[in-house]
Amino acid sequence: MNIGYYPGCALHGSSNDYDQSLRATLGALDVTLSEVDDWICCGATAAHSLNHKLAVALPARNLALARLQGHAEMLAPCPLCSMQLLRAEQALASDDKLRAEIEVIVEAPAGAGPRVLNLIQVFENAGLDRLKSAVKKPLKHLKAACYYGCLLVRPPGVTSFDDAEQPRSMEAVVAATGASAVDWNYKTECCGAGMTMASPETVLELSNRILANAAAHGANCLVVACPMCHVNLDMKQTAIEKRFGVHYHLPIYYLSDLVGMALGLSPGELGTERHFVTAPAGAKEA
Amino acid sequence: MSRIGVFVCWCGENIARTVDVDKVVQASRALPGVRVAEHYKYMCSDPGQALIRDKIVADKLDGVVVASCSPHMHLKTFRRAVANAGLNPYRMEVANVREHCSWVHHDKATATEKAIDLIRMSVAKVHYDHALQPIRVPVTRRALVIGGGVAGIQAALDIADSGYEVVLVERDPSIGGKMAGLSETFPTLDCSQCILTPRMVEAGQRPRIRLHTYSEVESVEGFIGNFEVTIRKKARYVDMVKCTGCGECMKICPLKRTPSEFDFGMGTRPAIYMPFPQAVPARPVVDKNVCAKIIRNGCGLCEKKCAPGAINWQDRDEMIQEKVGAIVVATGYKLYSIGREQKSAKITGYGEYGYGKYKDVIDGLQFERLVSASGPTNGEIKRPSDGKVPQTIVFIACVGSRDNAKGLAYCSKICCMYTAKHTMLYKHKVHSGEAHVFYMDIRAGGKGYDEFVRRAIEQDGAKYYRGRVSKITQEDGKLIVRGADTLAGVPVTVEADMVVLAAAMRPADGIEELAQKLNVGVDEFGFLLESHPKLRPVETNSAGVFICGACHAPKDIPESVAQASAAASKVAVTFAASELTREPEIAKINELTCAACFACVRTCPYHAVERAEIRARNGTLIKYTARVNEGLCMGCGTCVAVCPSKSADIEGFTEEQIYSMVEALA
Repeated sequence: MNIGYYPGCALHGSSNDYDQSLRATLGALDVTLSEVDDWICCGATAAHSLNHKLAVALPARNLALARLQGHAEMLAPCPLCSMQLLRAEQALASDDKLRAEIEVIVEAPAGAGPRVLNLIQVFENAGLDRLKSAVKKPLKHLKAACYYGCLLVRPPGVTSFDDAEQPRSMEAVVAATGASAVDWNYKTECCGAGMTMASPETVLELSNRILANAAAHGANCLVVACPMCHVNLDMKQTAIEKRFGVHYHLPIYYLSDLVGMALGLSPGELGTERHFVTAPAGAKEA
Repeated sequence: MSRIGVFVCWCGENIARTVDVDKVVQASRALPGVRVAEHYKYMCSDPGQALIRDKIVADKLDGVVVASCSPHMHLKTFRRAVANAGLNPYRMEVANVREHCSWVHHDKATATEKAIDLIRMSVAKVHYDHALQPIRVPVTRRALVIGGGVAGIQAALDIADSGYEVVLVERDPSIGGKMAGLSETFPTLDCSQCILTPRMVEAGQRPRIRLHTYSEVESVEGFIGNFEVTIRKKARYVDMVKCTGCGECMKICPLKRTPSEFDFGMGTRPAIYMPFPQAVPARPVVDKNVCAKIIRNGCGLCEKKCAPGAINWQDRDEMIQEKVGAIVVATGYKLYSIGREQKSAKITGYGEYGYGKYKDVIDGLQFERLVSASGPTNGEIKRPSDGKVPQTIVFIACVGSRDNAKGLAYCSKICCMYTAKHTMLYKHKVHSGEAHVFYMDIRAGGKGYDEFVRRAIEQDGAKYYRGRVSKITQEDGKLIVRGADTLAGVPVTVEADMVVLAAAMRPADGIEELAQKLNVGVDEFGFLLESHPKLRPVETNSAGVFICGACHAPKDIPESVAQASAAASKVAVTFAASELTREPEIAKINELTCAACFACVRTCPYHAVERAEIRARNGTLIKYTARVNEGLCMGCGTCVAVCPSKSADIEGFTEEQIYSMVEALA
C-alpha cells in the first residue's frame, strides 16, 4: 500500500524522530509513504488567527498538490496539520464563492480528495487483525496511557472519526501490540501546546497534571500521536519534575514507536533512543 | 348560462382603502355569467348577509362569489348565508381580496386591478361548482387511549366519566408511567405516588375502562368514528384471573439481579416481577429473556410455589381486536441517553460528562428513584458506586437541551424545576450536604414555580452557577467537575461525590412507528404534531386522533393533565353526535377512466384509496378501479397529482376549475 504523506514542519524539524518512527513502522507493515512534492506550511495556528482566506488557501494548495500527484489518501501525522487540511476541505466543499477565489490564489483546481488520515486511521486501514498477527514481541510489560491531546479528535464535526470526549480508537491499536491501556482521565486535556514558547510556566503546570494523572492510574508510559504533545511531555519532563518536585520518568512514545517495538524494530530504527526520557533498562523487555 | 352574483366587501376600510370597490363592482358586472354585482361595507354582518340572500332569491342566482377576507375567516359564514337562501353552499366561492390584496399592497390602482383579477378567477371557478352534500359517517362511541401514564389515565377517566367506554393500552406491565416512579413533585413537594396511585386504582376498577397492560398497538385501520385497532397482548406467563398478586413467586425467584426498568437500573428485580408494589394491575409478569424456565426449561420454582396455579408456561402473545371511534395518544417521554449511541450522529455528544463511565454520574430520573421512599434505597440518598451518602452533589441542567451543536434545539421545560426540587430533597435528607447547580438560564414560568426555585437557593442554600461544565474526571474517588461561573467570570472546580445530569426529554421509543400507524405527523425531534399550535392544540391532522402529554412536547404534570382533559373533552365532542359530518371536498375517482394502476393507493398518505372491483349484475368482473374511502380522505390531492390517466379529482377543486382560473387570469 502506498499513500501520500504530508509531514508538515514538525516532522521535518524538531520532531524528525516521529518521521523516522512512522516510516520504519509503516514500512514494516508494507505501507510506503510518498511525500507530497513541494508541500508548503499548513498555516498552523498563525494563519487562521489572522486571515480566514489564508487559512484555507495554504491547506488547499497542499490538497491540490497531493491530488494532482495521484494520491487518494494522505497521512498527515501532526493533528494540527490534519485538522487544518480537513477544515479547508470542508470550507471548499460548502462555499462555491470561496472555492472559486481559492482556486485562483493557489493556482490549482479544488476538488474531492485526497482523504486526509491521521496515524490511528492508517493503522486501522492497515488492519488491526493483521497488525496483531504481525506482532513479534508483544508489549506485555507496557501499561500505556493513551493521550490524544486537544486536536486529534477535535473539533467534532471536523475530525469525526472517534468520540471527541471519550475516544477509544488509540486504545484499540495499543491493545493490538499486546500492551494494556490504562483507564485515565486526561486523554483529551491540553498539554499547553505552543504556550511552551510564550508561557513555559503554563505548559509545566498543564503537562504536569497529565503526567500525574497517568501515573496515578498506573501507567508506565504515555502514547501520543502529536509532535507538540511529545515535546511538552518528553522534552519538558525533567523541567516538570524539577519544578514540582516529583519523579515520573515516564517514557513518551509515539503510537508508531509502540507498534514498531511490537513488530520487533530496534530503538535505533525507531529513533526512540533520541527521546529525552528513555525507558529504564530493567523495564525494557518482559 | 350561469346566473352568478358577485358581492364585494369593504371590510370597513380594510379593503376599501386600497381597493376601489366601485370600480371592482363595475368590472365584475361585465364578467361572463355575472348577473348582479354589489358592494357593502360589512358583508359578514347581518344586513350584508341579507343582501346576499335577497339577491339569490330575487335574481335566481346559481353561483355566488364573495370578495372579502380569507376563507379561513368567513367561508363558513357565507356558506350558511347562501344555504339559507336555498342555494347549495358549495356553489359559493370566496375571492380573498384582503389578505391577498388590500393588506399587502399600497397602490390603489394596481390593487384594484388585482382584486378584479382575483374575482375573475373565482367567477371562472364558480361556473364549474356543483352541489355537494356533507359526508355522514356513523360513530362507534368507544375510545382508545394509548399510554397509561398520568396523561393517559386522566384522559381515560375523563372519557369514562363522560359516559363512554375506554380501551386503555399500556406497554409496561403496570400503568402509572414515569410519574409513578417520581419522588416528590414540584412546586408543592407532595409525594408523587400518593397522588397518582389512587388514580391508577380508579382507572383499574372503573367498569367503563378496559385495561390492556403489557400490550402494544399493532395496527390501526379505519377512520374517525370507525377505527379497527389490533392490540398485541404480550405473553405474561401469569394467568391474570387465577393470580391473587400475593407475590410469593417474586420472593422465591432466584434470578434477582436483573436491572429494574422501573428503577432505571438503580435497583434490581427478579425474573418474575411487578415493577413496583402498587402496580395496577397487581399481577406479575415473567421476563422471558431472563427466566431460566423459559430459556432452558430449568428452575420453575415460582410454578411450584404458586398456590392458585397461575403460572402458565404455555402463554403466547395474543392479538385482540377493538372497535373505537376516537383515539387519544399519550405515550409520554424518555430521557436522552447521554453520550450513548443515537440514531442521529448529531446528538451523540456529552462524552465529557462520563455518563456510563463513572457510576456516580446519573440522570434525573435515576436520582428520583434514589430519593423516592419506594426506591431501591428506601429513600436514603446513597450513591451507586459504594453506597456512601454523598456530601457534595453537582446538578447539571440542560444536558442535551437547548444545544444546537451536539444536542437538541428545544428546551425540555421541566429540568429547571426538578433540579431545584432535587437540591431541596437532597438538603432535606442530608443537612450537611452541598448542592451545586450549573445552569444556562432558570426558566421557572408557572404558578408558584419561581418562588420554588428561590426557596431552593435562599432557604435551602443550593449554590447556583450560571455556566456550563466542560469536563468531569475522577480522582481519588471524587468526581472533579470543572465548569465556569459566567456571572462572576471565573472558572469553578467542584469536587463532588455524585453528579446528576438533567437530561433532555425525548419522545418515547417507537413513537415514529406509532405515528405512521395513526397517520399523525411528527416534528424533527419525533414529537407528535398538533393540528394548530394555538387553536387546535390536542387535535392532529388525522381526524379522530388526539394527543396529550409529553408525546407532544416536553411538559410537566399539571400541563399534561390539563391537556389530557382537553383531549378527553374533544373525544366527548366527537361522540356527542350520532353521526359525524365531514366536508365533502375530498377526492373522487372517475371509475370509468381509471386504469387501475393504483399509483394513488401507494401514494395516499392517509391510506384512503382502496382497490375495488366493478362487476356486472351477473357477477362477472368488468374491471378493477381505485376507490376513495370517504371517511379517511383528507382532500390533500396527492392522488390527483400522481394519477397518470387524470381520473382523480378533488371535489370543489377539480382540475377543470383550477385550469379555468388560470385561463381567466391569462
